[in-house]
Amino acid sequence: MSREIAFHQALSEAVALMMEADDRVFIFGEGVPDPKTIFGSTAGLKERFGEERVFDTPLSENGLTGIAIGAALAGMRPVMTHQRIDFALLAMDQIVNHAAKRCYTSGGKQGVPVTIRSIIGRGWGQGSQHSQSLHAFFAHIPGLKVVMPVTPHDAKGLLIASIEDNNPVMFIEHRWLYNVIGHVPEGIYRTPLGPGKLFREGKDVTIVAISYMVMEALRAADMLAKEGLEAEVVAVQTLRPFDDSMILDSVRKTRRLVVADTGWETVGFSAEIVARVAEKLHGTLRAAPRRVALPDCPTPTTPALANHYYPRAIHVANVVAEMADLPAETTLLETPTTVPLDVPDKNFPGPF
Amino acid sequence: MRLMHQRMVLVREIEELIVRHYDEQEMRCPMHLGIGQEGVSAGICASLRPEDYIFGTYRSHGIYLAKGGDPKTMLAEFYGKSTGQSAGRAGSMQLTAPEIGFLCASALVGGTIPMAVGAALASKLRRDGRIAIAFFGDAATEEGVWHEAMNFASLKKLPVVFVCENNFFAVYTPLAERQPSDKIYERAAGYSMPATCVDGNNVAEVFEVMDDAVARARAGGGPSFVEARTYRWREHCGPAWDDHLSYRNIEEAKAWMARDPIRQFENRLLEEKLMTDAEIAQVRRDVLAQVEDALAFAKQSPFPEPDELMHGVYAP
Repeated sequence: MSREIAFHQALSEAVALMMEADDRVFIFGEGVPDPKTIFGSTAGLKERFGEERVFDTPLSENGLTGIAIGAALAGMRPVMTHQRIDFALLAMDQIVNHAAKRCYTSGGKQGVPVTIRSIIGRGWGQGSQHSQSLHAFFAHIPGLKVVMPVTPHDAKGLLIASIEDNNPVMFIEHRWLYNVIGHVPEGIYRTPLGPGKLFREGKDVTIVAISYMVMEALRAADMLAKEGLEAEVVAVQTLRPFDDSMILDSVRKTRRLVVADTGWETVGFSAEIVARVAEKLHGTLRAAPRRVALPDCPTPTTPALANHYYPRAIHVANVVAEMADLPAETTLLETPTTVPLDVPDKNFPGPF
Repeated sequence: MRLMHQRMVLVREIEELIVRHYDEQEMRCPMHLGIGQEGVSAGICASLRPEDYIFGTYRSHGIYLAKGGDPKTMLAEFYGKSTGQSAGRAGSMQLTAPEIGFLCASALVGGTIPMAVGAALASKLRRDGRIAIAFFGDAATEEGVWHEAMNFASLKKLPVVFVCENNFFAVYTPLAERQPSDKIYERAAGYSMPATCVDGNNVAEVFEVMDDAVARARAGGGPSFVEARTYRWREHCGPAWDDHLSYRNIEEAKAWMARDPIRQFENRLLEEKLMTDAEIAQVRRDVLAQVEDALAFAKQSPFPEPDELMHGVYAP
């Protein structure tokens, strides 16, 4: 029978299974064992595994990252958790200068099996320092792995694979995926780091989406289907090492590319995807590739502006409609005004 | 005592050899020499077991050798050879040797301090009795990460010893222009941590203080802080003298050099009849042969092949 659980439960289950299977695994971070348990994603761990392996920390992001690296060099497999990815910026020295370099500068003698979980916030006025989508930052650095799960199934499988990986993994979760419910098998299984994931097949356009934007891309595909356009939706769940083969295969077929990213447009990961397609498939494309990403300004707090900041399905669908030269009277081109854009759904009471 | 002496002589002679050959421009990496500071690394490492962990800085030739690192692979690393300690990817600044517990060195000031705390955390979780040493310079105590590491280590009573090698300068900038007090060790009290200030040019004293701190850590008593005062003889980075730049008091420098940690220790060994002149001379001869051997090994070793460029970005 298919068991369905939420994304945050899948995360906590992955850590619990790994802690049970491997004494070297432990988890820590600001708020890990507190009553809110990182939005439920560390629920039950302290009760089950004790305070020595599940602990809260002083507010010392850089120091604690170095502590995780040192423990990893001494043979452990730490999992560190940030409630917001913005906080990980305080640890850039340890992540970029140290964790990412150790394997190479040891001549391959050492690995740094550290998993650094972090969450991208969105909406409800979280503003410029609680909602950044910084995956491109980390994906720029050789030596790091960067993972952004989409489904509960893959959240669990990718987190297990990340904890087992002998390299530093930036495991970046989107807050708006936390309550998504889906089929999650029991027990340990691994979703391999690297390959893309095909969410929907189609022949007219390839929509490559990252993290939460996969949800919007799937809604866009529904809208487009009503207009007779079949969109293929491919998710990038591992940004580094980046396996572009599924994207290239898809674009070879559809000859149109739209990238939907949770990050900013300029120097974003969407640019890397467009560049790869341009380099390898130039001349076969029916239209110039397009990006749907954040405008180049910090996140505003007021919903009046946030509604013009975050792209949603309609924006993705409209870009596709333009590329495919749908007639101007198509209803798609209207921007919806009924749904607020700063909460995941109508039932959300706020705040995060 | 004999081992500490031998290790100090080895550190000195390998660095003097680097000085003699650096101008050949075959060692193409920044080189931070610790000539004059050998007492600290030798004293620390004499207090450790082989399985204990140590984390260093970009000035760690002393730590590497005193912990038991191989001079051949060290020099081969500086020459950028495939037989080098890290196959030519670390140079001098990130010289490490995981096989002897020297797990990381960093070109970033303070970068490895929290890692030592992490290794101590690993030991505590495993209850395996190992301790970790965080070895760093005076300027590292100005970095936020030092405070973060001290706080956490004390909070969790981890088996780690913080050793600050205070040579009073951050490149050309004296301690007095960087910190309100020259008593760095006093700040450990803010983290409820016992601290000692020791003459880093007196290797026996360094060893005694370290031995206590290490025993305390191993017994579950938590971290300690040791400030070892010493002095860098040559320039911050490179083989030359730099006193013509007038950034430090020449009389002060001369006074420190008169207190050469090796000569002082040899005098004591002779006075206490623990070694004879002939034995000391023999140690130096053996070490000189060893470092010349290491140099020949480094020079004769092959460079990495171009196709090795991408090797080891990720661990398998």
